Amino acid sequence: MTPKVTEMNENPASTPDTSTREKSTPGAEPVLAIRDLVVELPGPDGSPLRAIDGVDLTVGRGEIVGLAGESGSGKTMTALALLGLLPQGGTAAGQMLVEGDDVLKMTPRQVRDLRGNRVAMVFQDPMTSLHPMLSVGKQLTEHLRHHKKLDKRAANARAVELLATVRIPDPERALGRYPHQFSGGMRQRIAIAIALACDPALLLADEPTTALDVTVQAGILRLLDRLRRENGLSVLIITHDLGVMSALADRVSVMYAGRIVESGPRADVLREPRHPYTRGLLDALPHPDGGNAALVPIVGSPPKLGQAPSGCAFHPRCPHAVAGCAEERPNLLALTPTHAGACPIDPLAVTASKVGTP
Amino acid sequence: MTALSGTSNLTVTSKDVGLRLHDLSVTYRSPGRPLVRAVAGVSLAVAPGQVVGLVGESGCGKSTLGKAAVGLLKPAGGRVTFNGRAVDTLGLRPRPSDQRGLQMVFQDPYASLNPRRRIGEQISDAVVLAGGTRERGRETARELLERVGLAAEFVDRFPHEFSGGQRQRIAIARVLAAEPSCIVADEPIAALDASAQASVANLLLDLARERNVGLLFISHDLSIVRQIADTVAVMYLGTVVESGPTAQVWDDPRHPYSKALISAVPRADGSGELPVDLPGDVPDPAFPPTGCRFHPRCPIATDACEVDEPALVEFLPERRAACSVLAPALTKVG
Repeated sequence: MTPKVTEMNENPASTPDTSTREKSTPGAEPVLAIRDLVVELPGPDGSPLRAIDGVDLTVGRGEIVGLAGESGSGKTMTALALLGLLPQGGTAAGQMLVEGDDVLKMTPRQVRDLRGNRVAMVFQDPMTSLHPMLSVGKQLTEHLRHHKKLDKRAANARAVELLATVRIPDPERALGRYPHQFSGGMRQRIAIAIALACDPALLLADEPTTALDVTVQAGILRLLDRLRRENGLSVLIITHDLGVMSALADRVSVMYAGRIVESGPRADVLREPRHPYTRGLLDALPHPDGGNAALVPIVGSPPKLGQAPSGCAFHPRCPHAVAGCAEERPNLLALTPTHAGACPIDPLAVTASKVGTP
Repeated sequence: MTALSGTSNLTVTSKDVGLRLHDLSVTYRSPGRPLVRAVAGVSLAVAPGQVVGLVGESGCGKSTLGKAAVGLLKPAGGRVTFNGRAVDTLGLRPRPSDQRGLQMVFQDPYASLNPRRRIGEQISDAVVLAGGTRERGRETARELLERVGLAAEFVDRFPHEFSGGQRQRIAIARVLAAEPSCIVADEPIAALDASAQASVANLLLDLARERNVGLLFISHDLSIVRQIADTVAVMYLGTVVESGPTAQVWDDPRHPYSKALISAVPRADGSGELPVDLPGDVPDPAFPPTGCRFHPRCPIATDACEVDEPALVEFLPERRAACSVLAPALTKVG
């Protein structure tokens, strides 16, 4: 259980709040710094329900950060808050700094300028995120003409360049075609090209490969990795698939019931998980190299919105929970300089006792 | 799996027991388009107590095959038999009682359960159809709900009161009420969360083992198939390109397509290794490539592959692959 300092990837976000305003060297300031984000959504009776409860997250320049968790854990809501796209009546508090500018302090007009320009998003299902009645060229250039004020010819040239970047064969012809004429993988590549159109500082990718076949998924993961290496793209990837996380993300944060329960470098979190929830997620996976060991599901299901249990929200499902877990809510504490977990139980003890079946 | 039948013994079990597909093909017609052969000559057998995994990318015809196997689609060629008798395609007439042992679990438990009927009623239908009373059916429903890990009191609830994983359990309980000896499950866990996936997959596997039920598990997710299936068949564009005992196929895939599929699965080991991608897309099944259907995407294809359609040959006991480039080498190994 020694922290693998040598294995750690770059850790670009050590002291982000010292330099939020003054422009220091690029790379020192994180592209995204979320601090103590709280999102509340209106419940059925109008009273606010807490969907996100104090989330901290940073994405450095050229870094890919993964946000993992089951459905309903608040992963997608974090991204929507960043784009000012919360469901009606939803409120966000805290700080969300994109290159130093706080999104939560922006006017609606400023947020609109940010969206698609400095922060772009790729959704799960390219069939619904692309407009079926507009040609690919129209959807790509609309963006460029609005944000970058390019004329038609320049926008078209840039669109061809973008389609070539995401490896769409015959990009000139592709401009005149419609989404239904492409396969699922190609459509997702087009959605990525549209997201990249304005050279965003940050790409939010919400389950970008979940709807795709594994061979196509591998292609999209390689594409995102190449864009990061060649163009210095920063990516926040949201996925429930820890395999995808392991392939792509430099750092991983695991969410449960609106809070981050563990975060750290990919290798630390996936190889030496400190939180019982992370451990449970890993045990529920079929292990490609793990022989025929039975899958171990996590008992129960995640709490519904606004019904998070007292204390540690995971305690009713946790195989290691003790009496105190229902009372005191554990904070995210640093276990090593980069690896943090929100579980007071001795990590070594957790490791020693195998997570048992219910 | 009982000790008698042994792991993945297709040949030892009596020829007629269980579900068998003989050179099955299924075609779709649509106006103005050529005939689509979604399944183009597949032979497959599922013995009682055996778990057979069928994997492939979307559009490879695996769901079509599943539907034809239970008689929801009419085969264009070949035969489907269940316990030695031909499986009739469902029409207006009720299904012959000797075929009630063949049942199907669908992908989407939101669409497969009737939202307006209590789940107990839906589960007890099979008992009533088999000549039992509603009271008896209700008793069965309570027992089965407990068997699939839900509370017996849930019989009077409606589907919307349950999560996706629970609904899939209810759908499985409904299938069990017909006392099946073979279940065809078409992507039964694809719509569920990871931890629900594990528990539903475990449930299906337990049922196959304890009730000696044959299971045809259709999935695009190789890692889950690897975990629960005794034998696996890999499909590409309507044909099986490789089959064999799951562990052997996983550890030593021979067909270039199986190799590509397996190396594309990302592993959650924290290594940061990117999965290998397979360039190109699955071709339109209306216009399948000539010769070997995989040749345009195949890294080892030769000119001959454009012409000759390779046969599925048994190169080791129970291991089959369809590749004319590898064929000579395969037999040498055997």
